[in-house]
Amino acid sequence: MEKKEWPLWEVFIRSRNGLDHKHCGSVHAPDSALALQCARDVYTRRQEGVSIWVVRADHIHASDPDAKPEMFDPADDKIYRHPTFYKLPDEVDHM
Amino acid sequence: MTYTPHLEYVLRLADNALILGQRLSEWTGHAPVLEEELALANIALDLIGQSRLLLTHAGRLEGARRDEDQLAFLRSDHQFRNVTLVELPNGDFGRTVLRNFLVSAFQREVWQALESSRDRELAAIAEKSLKETRYHVKHSADWVIRLGDGTDGSHLRIQSALDYLWPYTAELFTENPVDNEIAAAGLGVAWSSLEPAWENTVRPVLMEATLAVPARTAFRSRGKLGLHSEYLGHLLTEMQHLQRTHPGAQW
Repeated sequence: MEKKEWPLWEVFIRSRNGLDHKHCGSVHAPDSALALQCARDVYTRRQEGVSIWVVRADHIHASDPDAKPEMFDPADDKIYRHPTFYKLPDEVDHM
Repeated sequence: MTYTPHLEYVLRLADNALILGQRLSEWTGHAPVLEEELALANIALDLIGQSRLLLTHAGRLEGARRDEDQLAFLRSDHQFRNVTLVELPNGDFGRTVLRNFLVSAFQREVWQALESSRDRELAAIAEKSLKETRYHVKHSADWVIRLGDGTDGSHLRIQSALDYLWPYTAELFTENPVDNEIAAAGLGVAWSSLEPAWENTVRPVLMEATLAVPARTAFRSRGKLGLHSEYLGHLLTEMQHLQRTHPGAQW
């Protein structure tokens, strides 16, 4: 009998309502329904989450680590893009 | 030993959860994949958690100052009140998840009914357990369908698991004086009344899994009356070893 590895799924968990889903690990599973169950059993045992996303690992396209210089370095000398240059009125909290 | 019907009823629920939880924990270190190993261990822990609450409650009903540990670890096999179905050996992964399905579908009906028990403690335990059990049903039904409607090999194995387990499900619904007294007192539901609802859950899943449901026979196991199979003694030997060897040991 042919033995195939189950594909890898990346797991994203939202820890509380209002927060973003954050990557927390991966599971092996034959399809999305089981991947969600597996993720629930592996990653939410200690009240870590209220919502789970799973994405096939081979559906994620990553930037090329060798392309770092042209991708990210140009932002280094553009500090004016940070919001610290703006004066906020006192009434505005949590910016 | 004679128990009051109330205590008898709570012990049946407690021992079903405890013994199935102990059986499932045997998979730790042996499950086919890591993800399912955690799933089975999670379910085992849910069940053992339920049994702790129920045994503590049983201890209070008994009024002999026995706590959950004494009831779990210092009773002998004829004093256990679980149905025989939950003490049978795990077999392969297919048989394990199929049993989980058959039992959790039953427990779900019990917990739903017990939410309105006049025994407030029992109602609170039922409310907590119902959520856990809903997940157990979902997890196990999913696997039963996958394995039944999977490859020729998986179908064959889970069909033979169904042929093996099915006769033991009859015990869940056998008429019993304890049940009737409990139902009449508004403390709980008579298990025999739950068979149609259980079948409504179980049969569609087995059908989707392309499994043939065996016909009912006259066979009735009698674990809930304290008359167990040979398997319970072996299970208890392992489960109770520590407390039997070092009475009162704590950690």
